[in-house]
Amino acid sequence: MNTALRKVGVPVLSILIFLVLWELLVWANGWPNYVMASPSDLPEAYARFWELFLLGSWQTLWRTVAGLLLAVIFGLALGMVMGFSRIVRDGLYPLLVGFNAIPKATLVPVLALLFIGQHNFNTVMMAFLISFFPIAVSVAIGLSTLEPEYRDILRALGASRMTIFWKIALPKTLPEFFGALKVAVTLAFIGTNLVEIVSPHGRGLGALFLSGQTNSNYPLMFAVLIALAVLGIVLYYAVVAMERIFAGWAERAET
Amino acid sequence: MSDLIDIRGVAHAYRTPSGPLPVLDGLDIAIPRGEFCAVVGPSGCGKSTLTRLVAGLMKPDKGEVRLDGAPIRGPRKNVGMAFQNPVLLEWRSILDNVILPLEIVAPSMPRKERVARAEELLAMVGLEGFEAKRPSELSGGMRQRASLCRAIVHKPDVLIMDEPFGALDNFTREDLWQTMRQLRAAEPFTAVLITHDLRESVYLGDQVVVLSGRPARTQYVMNVDLPDERPLDILYTPKVGEMLHVLRDQIKIAQGRGEGPGEGAAA
Repeated sequence: MNTALRKVGVPVLSILIFLVLWELLVWANGWPNYVMASPSDLPEAYARFWELFLLGSWQTLWRTVAGLLLAVIFGLALGMVMGFSRIVRDGLYPLLVGFNAIPKATLVPVLALLFIGQHNFNTVMMAFLISFFPIAVSVAIGLSTLEPEYRDILRALGASRMTIFWKIALPKTLPEFFGALKVAVTLAFIGTNLVEIVSPHGRGLGALFLSGQTNSNYPLMFAVLIALAVLGIVLYYAVVAMERIFAGWAERAET
Repeated sequence: MSDLIDIRGVAHAYRTPSGPLPVLDGLDIAIPRGEFCAVVGPSGCGKSTLTRLVAGLMKPDKGEVRLDGAPIRGPRKNVGMAFQNPVLLEWRSILDNVILPLEIVAPSMPRKERVARAEELLAMVGLEGFEAKRPSELSGGMRQRASLCRAIVHKPDVLIMDEPFGALDNFTREDLWQTMRQLRAAEPFTAVLITHDLRESVYLGDQVVVLSGRPARTQYVMNVDLPDERPLDILYTPKVGEMLHVLRDQIKIAQGRGEGPGEGAAA
């Protein structure tokens, strides 16, 4: 089969099959809309609320990306320090793991009280807090497991630590970094939605979901879920595209 | 004073949780400029520590490592290193891998000159036409050739090699030995080669130094009295056979098996 056709066709086909199964499940059980909406109910919801969907998607999207950018900057810096210094690594790991183990939903009221009314800021913060951990850990591991020979070929020539970092350590860690970024991007997305849904007077797709719940508009709720899934897929593949550009060398040719 | 590398009475111990672990004790090696010194010895006897000392990556606890008369105090621009693992950077082409040391040592050198120098070396080792390839597209032997080019691209005084041919199959290894001799004839470096292969040490070396078991001292030095022109067949002459025999016996002693009654004779 043609590779281009396969790359697009197979995922599209699997999505179509999924929608058909969903529709059949609802139809076979005879569930009314207030139990579970079926895919055929969704177009109507999109048609009626399309402006809200566009606005909500944009709000969710930019706050997720902003949080993710913060996570990348902070995670890279933290990972660098931890990767190069054993002491920092030993000191920070328990703290980080502990922080990561806290369910982030519990932080929503904490953030809300700390920064009252700053809804955008709170949301970006949550996206950041939930997603920096995998980035920091993967960069730290990538740097600390760099084979000493790689360092030595430049160190023996008197290269500075910074030079070694830019020329060798950082590019060599990029595959791990993008692996972590794929995890982080979905996490950041979840963080954004969490705040949008939990906090009163929220914005974004999460708030739209909440209003669907308040008004018992179940097709709207499911339509939001699908929109979230689509947005998540878009973000994920944006990261994949960046990975191709910056770390494509790590991909082996198909054999 | 004509020795380029002069290692005198060097001792070194690593600090481990269970106390100091002496790896070198009484190491003496003198290598005249332009000579090729092969170092052999039992596994784990501190040979790699020796390479790090000569590269200036660490300092010995005792004794001195001198280069051209002056003690080595730290990394210098005029060394090149090659390891068993070719450690090529996967995100760079072969050409850009070879150029890497020039970016550190000669930052003001125009790209054109760097490329010309790298291409010259790559042609010398038979990698003409592979300049634009990625390391993952090359065989193990070819990667090691590229790694050697990178080690000498900046015309270092000293080339330090830590078992560079150790992971290759026999025929590829013999090919690389010949390449190594060609490079030596064309380039001015003085070489230190760590190896486990006695035939390799004799074929490539001007002198072979046998280290004792840990902590390593200089146990035996052999001057390799062979012509500069060395076809591979030379390894099968009686003269080389004798030399290998002597070295083999020295290794047995180094492993602590040569002097015991009967034990050495069993082999």
